[in-house]
Parts: sequence; structure tokens; C-alpha cells
Amino acid sequence: MSEINERIRDGSVRVVTAEEMPDLVDELGTDGAVREVDVVTTGTFGAMCSSGLFLNTGHSDPPIKISRAWLNNVEAYGGVAAVDLFLGATQPSEDRGDEYGGAHVMEDLVSGREVELRAQGAVTDCYPRSDLETTLRLGDFNQAIMVNPRNSYQRYAAATNSTDRTLHTYMGTLLPRYGNISYSGAGSLSPIPNDPDFEYIGVGTRIFLCGGQGHIIGSGTQHLPQSGFATLMVKGDLKEMSAEFLRAATFQDYGPSLYVGLGVPIPILNERIAKNSAVRDREIITEIVDYGVPRRDRPTVRRVNYEQLYSGSVEIEGSEVRTSALSSRHVARKVASALGASIRRGEFFLSAPVEPLIATGRNNPMKQTKEFLLVRDVMSPEVATAREEISIQEAAAMIVGGPFDHLPVVSEEGRLIGMVTAWDVSKAVASGKTSHISEMMTRKVFIASPDEPMELAARKLHHHKISALPVVDKDHRVVGMVTSDHLSRLYGRRGSL
Amino acid sequence: MKLMLHVAPGIVRRPIVSSVILETKALINIERAKVDAVSGEIVVDVEPERCSEVKAAFEARGVRVVLLENPIVKDDEECIHCGACISICPTGTFHFKGSEVVADAGKCVQCGTCVTACPQRALRLILK
Repeated sequence: MSEINERIRDGSVRVVTAEEMPDLVDELGTDGAVREVDVVTTGTFGAMCSSGLFLNTGHSDPPIKISRAWLNNVEAYGGVAAVDLFLGATQPSEDRGDEYGGAHVMEDLVSGREVELRAQGAVTDCYPRSDLETTLRLGDFNQAIMVNPRNSYQRYAAATNSTDRTLHTYMGTLLPRYGNISYSGAGSLSPIPNDPDFEYIGVGTRIFLCGGQGHIIGSGTQHLPQSGFATLMVKGDLKEMSAEFLRAATFQDYGPSLYVGLGVPIPILNERIAKNSAVRDREIITEIVDYGVPRRDRPTVRRVNYEQLYSGSVEIEGSEVRTSALSSRHVARKVASALGASIRRGEFFLSAPVEPLIATGRNNPMKQTKEFLLVRDVMSPEVATAREEISIQEAAAMIVGGPFDHLPVVSEEGRLIGMVTAWDVSKAVASGKTSHISEMMTRKVFIASPDEPMELAARKLHHHKISALPVVDKDHRVVGMVTSDHLSRLYGRRGSL
Repeated sequence: MKLMLHVAPGIVRRPIVSSVILETKALINIERAKVDAVSGEIVVDVEPERCSEVKAAFEARGVRVVLLENPIVKDDEECIHCGACISICPTGTFHFKGSEVVADAGKCVQCGTCVTACPQRALRLILK
């Protein structure tokens, strides 16, 4: 390592990007690559929600012990000493909502713009002031230190949507019925896949962070290298950063996030590191998961590699589905080349890690101690169903004789194909035109599944302005019904859901 | 070429598109239509050589016609070339040229899906 830093100093260092390395290793072999290459530069540029900024404002006169603070109406956490604030990237503003948030404050500061600080203080003998307003630029803060708890995922699951409704998620717009696939990550350019055994990546590794020099300060939150989902916790000085590599974003109906440009230089110290840094897009595998299932454990639709994702389309259930990225390969390449350029200019030196990242992490589900109701706990399990051949009189008799205003209609195999309500029957009788329920039933029926949280079913009822949802199993067989009556009963009994 | 048809309240219930097709015998593809009780906004695609004839036929029926020359604008200062606009566009307006996203504005039907899908808010419809 000191030899490489010596060569950085005298300008003879040999640097390639992680995209160039695989062909080099194919041509020269790993031993040849160790002789010919000193450093491989990696880079990624994507939305990294788990990012934030520590700001020290300096003390006012008279002094204030800030308890709550807002920067351009975005709340920053004020519960750290008197004038230290922590601004989270995803915090939305109080006046502009999702279109402006913590990430936008960071981009404004980096771009040299002023921000309005408003603060409330807890009055004490040593901090007599109760409120404060001032206008600050980046240079006016004593420190503006970016500390990102979870950045630079090794790989990330791609997203699609099986439902018949467009979803707006932190993975972008997902069109109905597997209309598209959205993915994130820089594939073979991404830092961790080039050093998955943490031979160089560790606590204290110097990195490129948003245009400046920063450090890895440890493994990130949810770091799970044993499953291929390692993450980094990183730190850097906002005053060194540039808006080319730090960009605020808004995901529709999700909120603000921050695009972070992050690159790790990997010294080719031995053949093992050379081999790992020659990883190709097709060797990095991830899953495509269905965001149509609004639960923590979303089903995997298929496995896919980054070469397939980059190709522009991937097959799902026999159809070609278009893919597109949320992270930018274009800017990731700029990160890797900018890092390479600063190494060649003798401005960026490698630092040996103090210790490697931990090899086994933890990302367990939340322990939930409060009662959590599922549709199956609330639904009425006994539901009369009808076949579509029956007459309106028969349907009316079934509705009158049963507890619901709704009659699910099923096929010969017992699958749900439609729904008839008491209102539909009245309408048909009033018009005198229709005689069979097949002519009047609603064929596009909103459904619930037994394992769905009741809260989500309630949201569906509200969203679609309906009063009942048939509950169906995997095979689309009716196993129950939830209605707005169930909700009012629950609410009446418990006070809350 | 794409034409935006603004159909005013007085004439929205008339079969305007079919009468124009019958008169001109031009191949007209309806790309997008939003018609309600009082007015309508329809985007049609017409063969370039028949475009002025079709435009005149619509105008003769009281429709305000705008040629969609540059329907969508991408702010290249804001664009980070992620490609989020590519897979969600129904007409394939965007594609990668190398690693950069470029727009073929002639394909845009102004549905607006990309405007909200763009994380950088770099896309804007030019409404006329």
C-alpha cells in the first residue's frame, strides 16, 4: 500500500476503472493484472435515503439551546447539545411537502445558496434565548459533516408490480400488470461487489464522497454481507462536495431523497483482490420483487443479473418487460473517472483500514408488541356465493337472506368472477331490462387476501369508495368478506385499529 | 406527426374524428383522448404528407388544432441520465444513447407519466 501511495506521489500510479478491469484480467491473468494495475476505481450514483448532515451553527448572542429547528422549513433534529443539528435527507418540508426536503437543503447549501434557519430554544440560565431566525450559507456553519448511516448497497432488489393499479414507490413509478421493472445499483462499477470479502474496504478507508474526500466509518445499518447485502456507513465534509455528485430528488407520492455519488479506490495488492475486482455485470445477481404485495416480505418474481437489467428488457411470465434504472450509470462512471483523475493528480491517497467491515450483519424484522390485525382475524368466514346464471329474483333472495349487501359471483371452479350488490339488483329491477346477474354484475372486483393487514384493507375500502371486499385465497376462491361494518365494529370496541 | 385537438364544449358530442377520417381517408391513430361532458383533448398521429389536409379538416369543424412539434422538454442541467423515464413511457419517447438519456420528442403524446416519474423533476410538458 505504501508503494502505491509513493507512486501516487511521484505520478507513476496506474489506475483503471472497475469497468475496464475484467477485460484486463482476461488478457493479462490475475498475476499480470497485479503487476500492471495499482488501483481500480469504483463508483455509484443513486438515491440513498439513509443520508444526513450534522450542522454546527455556532453560538448566538444571547445564546440559545436549540430544541427544535427548521432549515427552509425542513425540520432538523435539535436534541443534540445546544447548536448541533442533524438534518435527514428524506425529511419533507412543512410548506412545500414532498417537492422540497432535507436533501434539497443539502443541494442548496452545496450550490452556494442561502437557507433560512428558524429555531426554538429551551430557556435555561445559561441559554436564555427562546427563539431565533437567521439566514446562513454553507460557509457560515462551523461544521457541515455528512454522516450517512446506510449507503452504497452491494446490490438491490429490482421492483415490479403485479396489481392492476400504478404504484408510486421509492423504486419509482411501477406500471400495472408487470408494466415495467425498476432497478438500482451500479452493477460491476459498484464499490462493494469489487471487494466483497472486505480485503480493503473497512473502517477508515478513504473514499470519494459527493465530489470530496470522505471515509468509511463502519458497516452501515442493515449490513447483511452473508446474504450479499453489505452496506457502508460513511462520513464526509459537505464544504468539499459538489452538486454534480450530490443531487436532491423527489419520488412521486413517496417524498424527498438524496442522490449520493460514492466511489472507493481498490488497491490491487494481490491476485485475490485482482480477481474480485474483475467482476462483471452478469455475475452480480439480484431478485425482481413484486411491490404489488404491500408487506415487508414481498414475493420474488424471478432472479436476474445486472447485465440483463442493463439490456433494457427482461422476461416475466413469457413477456418482455422494459427495465429502467433509478440510479445513474452515467454519473457512476463520472464518479469512477473523477476518483481516478484525482489519484493520478496526486491529490487522493489510499488509507489502510483500521479494521475490516464485520462479516456477519443483522437485518431482522421488527419485533411488534402491539396487536396487529390481519384480514383473517376480522373477516366473516361464511359467505354465500352465487353462480352467474341465477336470476335477479334469486340474487335478491340471497342478499335478503344473508348478512351482506354484497353477493360474490363465482365460476364453476369456485373462482371469483364478479360481484352483485343490493343496489345493482334495485337498479336492474327499476329498469326492468335485465334478467340474469351476469348482465349486471361488476366484473372488476377489488379483493383482499386473508394475510393482508386489516389497515390495508381499510385503506382499499376508503380509496375505492366501496363498502365490502371479498377475501380470496391464492386460487381466487372466496374465503370470506370484510365490510365497512367490520371496521365500525372494531373501531367502536377498541377506540383505534 | 402528432396533432393536439382541443374540442370545444359546443361540438364535443359530434362524431368529429370519424367524419374527418371519412372525408380525408387518412390513416389517423388516436394516441390519447380525454373527453368529458363539456370538452375534449385528443392527440392523434397522422402520416406527415396528409397532416395539413387533416389539420384543415378538423379546423373546418371548429376544432382548435396544435401541431405537437416539441411536446416535452428535458432540462439537461437537472437530468442525471438515470433512465427512470424510459420504461414508463407508453410511446418509447426516451432511450439511451451511450449512457445518456435522449428524447425523441416526436413520439410524445403528452400523457405526463414521465413528468411525475422523473426524480430530478427535469421534464416538462409544453402545453398549447
